[in-house]
Amino acid sequence: MSNNEDKHHIVPFRTFIIVLAALLTFTFISIAVTNYELGAFTVLAAMLLATAKTILVLVYFMHLKFDVKIFGILITAVLALIGAVIFITLLDYIFR
Amino acid sequence: MINAKLERREPSFYDVSERKGILAWILSTDHKRIGLLYLYSIMSFFIIGAILGLLMKLELLAPGKTIMEAKTYNGVFTLHGIIMIFLIVIPGLPAVFGNFMLPILIGAKDVAFPRLNLLSWYIYIFGAILAVASQFMSGGPPDTGWTFYAPYSFKTTTNMLPAVLGAFVLGFSSILTGLNFIVTIHRMRAPGMTWLKMPLFPWTLYGTAWIQLLATPVIGITLLMTVGERIFNIGFFDPALGGDPILYQHLFWIYSHPAVYVMILPAMGAISEILPTFAQKTIFGYKAIIISTLAIAFVGYFVWGHHMFTSGMSGVALYVFSILTFLVAIPSGVKVFNWISTIYKGSINLKTPFYWAVSFIFVFMIGGLTGLVLGALATDVHVHDTHFVVAHFHFIVFGGVGFAFMGAIHYWFPKMFGRMYEETWANVGWLIFFIGFLTLYLPMFYLGIAGMPRRYFDYLPQFHGGNIISSLGAIVMIMGLVIIITNLVRSAKFGNPVESDNPWNGKTLEWTVESPPSLENFEEIPIIDKGPYDYE
Amino acid sequence: MTMNNMEEHRDDIGSRFGMWLFIFTELLLFAGLFLVYAVYRFLNRDAFQFAAEELNTFVGALNTVLLLASSATIAMSITALQKNKKVLSLGLLGFTVLVGLVFLVNKYFEWSLKIEHGLFPGSELLLEYGKGEVLFFGLYFFMTGLHALHIIVGLVFILVVFVRIQKGRINSENFVHLENAGLYWHLVDIIWIFLFPLFYLIT
Repeated sequence: MSNNEDKHHIVPFRTFIIVLAALLTFTFISIAVTNYELGAFTVLAAMLLATAKTILVLVYFMHLKFDVKIFGILITAVLALIGAVIFITLLDYIFR
Repeated sequence: MINAKLERREPSFYDVSERKGILAWILSTDHKRIGLLYLYSIMSFFIIGAILGLLMKLELLAPGKTIMEAKTYNGVFTLHGIIMIFLIVIPGLPAVFGNFMLPILIGAKDVAFPRLNLLSWYIYIFGAILAVASQFMSGGPPDTGWTFYAPYSFKTTTNMLPAVLGAFVLGFSSILTGLNFIVTIHRMRAPGMTWLKMPLFPWTLYGTAWIQLLATPVIGITLLMTVGERIFNIGFFDPALGGDPILYQHLFWIYSHPAVYVMILPAMGAISEILPTFAQKTIFGYKAIIISTLAIAFVGYFVWGHHMFTSGMSGVALYVFSILTFLVAIPSGVKVFNWISTIYKGSINLKTPFYWAVSFIFVFMIGGLTGLVLGALATDVHVHDTHFVVAHFHFIVFGGVGFAFMGAIHYWFPKMFGRMYEETWANVGWLIFFIGFLTLYLPMFYLGIAGMPRRYFDYLPQFHGGNIISSLGAIVMIMGLVIIITNLVRSAKFGNPVESDNPWNGKTLEWTVESPPSLENFEEIPIIDKGPYDYE
Repeated sequence: MTMNNMEEHRDDIGSRFGMWLFIFTELLLFAGLFLVYAVYRFLNRDAFQFAAEELNTFVGALNTVLLLASSATIAMSITALQKNKKVLSLGLLGFTVLVGLVFLVNKYFEWSLKIEHGLFPGSELLLEYGKGEVLFFGLYFFMTGLHALHIIVGLVFILVVFVRIQKGRINSENFVHLENAGLYWHLVDIIWIFLFPLFYLIT
């Protein structure tokens, strides 16, 4: 099992620069959005943008796209677990 | 060191080391030596914890003050809880038998990160020292119980900080062990050992490792927040500053309930190894046991709220947690069914490990069924925080994990030490222990239903009879324990050398290697082409 | 030391696997705090929005840009090393460390300004504000403090890797430790990606 079947993909510099540009754009959008009164959607908008940024970091910076599949599956499961735990705990507070 | 009758092919791992004396142990990265280091540390702490437990039962022999003050009693049950939970049952089977047996069971030479493995033992010892030291520093022993409930845990003037930090550090050790095992199982199985050819003990260790990895950090941060509360007075859990003490309970049980499955899953795994060997029969429902293991690990993560039914949660949360709790009973029931079906029509070999395994099933069923009483909202309100709860979790945690641990140590004893334990004394010890165990904990169910609360050094006169029986049971159980431990320690040094590398006719890989194993376990890494319990 | 590894045993995927698992534990560690944030924000919505206006969005945004840039450079340093451009790789790593230090300096000034204004856990001013503000600033200091601690650990990790690249121990054939340092640094980045809007933006 433990031989080095690891084949390395070399990610070009250009990819990282494009991703960085996208991340910065998302950051500025999320700052700009605070100037508008969105009510309950403020939190939602900020969290969606943060999630988009996280996915970019995970997939490109952290090489999930190029690495063995299992890491991607596991991180998705872990994030889902965190979501589920927060959701169940909030069941207590929302309905209290 | 071992004057074996068997001709050895390679020197035993006991005889190979670059270092002398104790350094050969505390600087070794060999998984077998680390497993034994854990065994000796855990056994030592277990003796302390058991003595503390006995002291409590002696205090409860009669109403009023018997041998200690109320404040001492609070300190004693707190330390008993911290030692038994954080130092013994959580690391218990994974750290001892996981370390010693996991690489052998999957046909590997060692775990994936041997140095990290040694580091986690050091972290364990450091945490243990912190936890035990909290008892003897000025300020007095912590008196919150092992749960450190807020807001009392940051109001009390006792030595909370070292105890809380000790638990935090022990968590790290647990995480590193879990991390190590997951990578080991994913990357180091022998060629041909697909996931569905892996024995069940590694499977349960795998489920356990995930819980260790994903639940322990939550208690880590909770304990850090408690430290923050004590030092900076932040107010996270202080109602006077806007915090919510119930949130502490949520966070605490998000870890500590899954921790119960960290304890019980490897115990179930050990039982699943013992039963096929002593019934000389393939395990019944191999896949069903795997699925139920993973299901218990998964669902077990979402049931923490059943510890808080009377804390003041919302109705919706109560129902959700109660339903989820009942779901856990299904995979547990599946396992019991599979074990019993495994024994059915087997050629049963009545040896000590088998006695431990069947008595495990018996006490686990009592513990499990009384758990349903606590998982149901209506009945839980009545017995919450009574001796019923104490009896229930001792049936699961001590009856479950303790019996499986004893079964496992007798089962693997010839492999680990190259000598056989004394069979008659082992069986006598088991019988006395089993009788003492039932006498100690069964009356506590009755006392709890009758209304005797937990964690009091005193009780009303009508509870006297039950408490006398229970305390006598404790004394009997300790006598059994003394016989068992003396027998094991004596046999490890002077027992008869094993006559065969496979005394039980087991089919898993550990029985193909020498007793005790050589440094690299296998002369040649085996190639696996059949399932683990092939008795056809 | 490792007698049981007589033949050189190397498993890069296993090594990264270990790092990912460690990252999961870090995520769960912060998840506990995000859970506390979610609950207290739900219970004290207005106070949290009011308190968030006390924080300087510009400094927060600057720190976000810094961390994102440093994440990109450490990712690029892996590419550089794979292409056997050792000096470029070291330069990119050095830039990452430098930016990480600037982040900490910013954080230091931000914290001291808040403390100067009397906004810290246990302060009398905060008690006058009300319970929601107490919790907001408690969480702010606790979460950004823990995050800063992770930055420091990450910087030490990167510096160790830096030295080992210089010595040639980590090279274009064997760079899994650089990858692991990168993974850790990106984790720190991801945490900040969430901390920034939760504390600075949602006003």
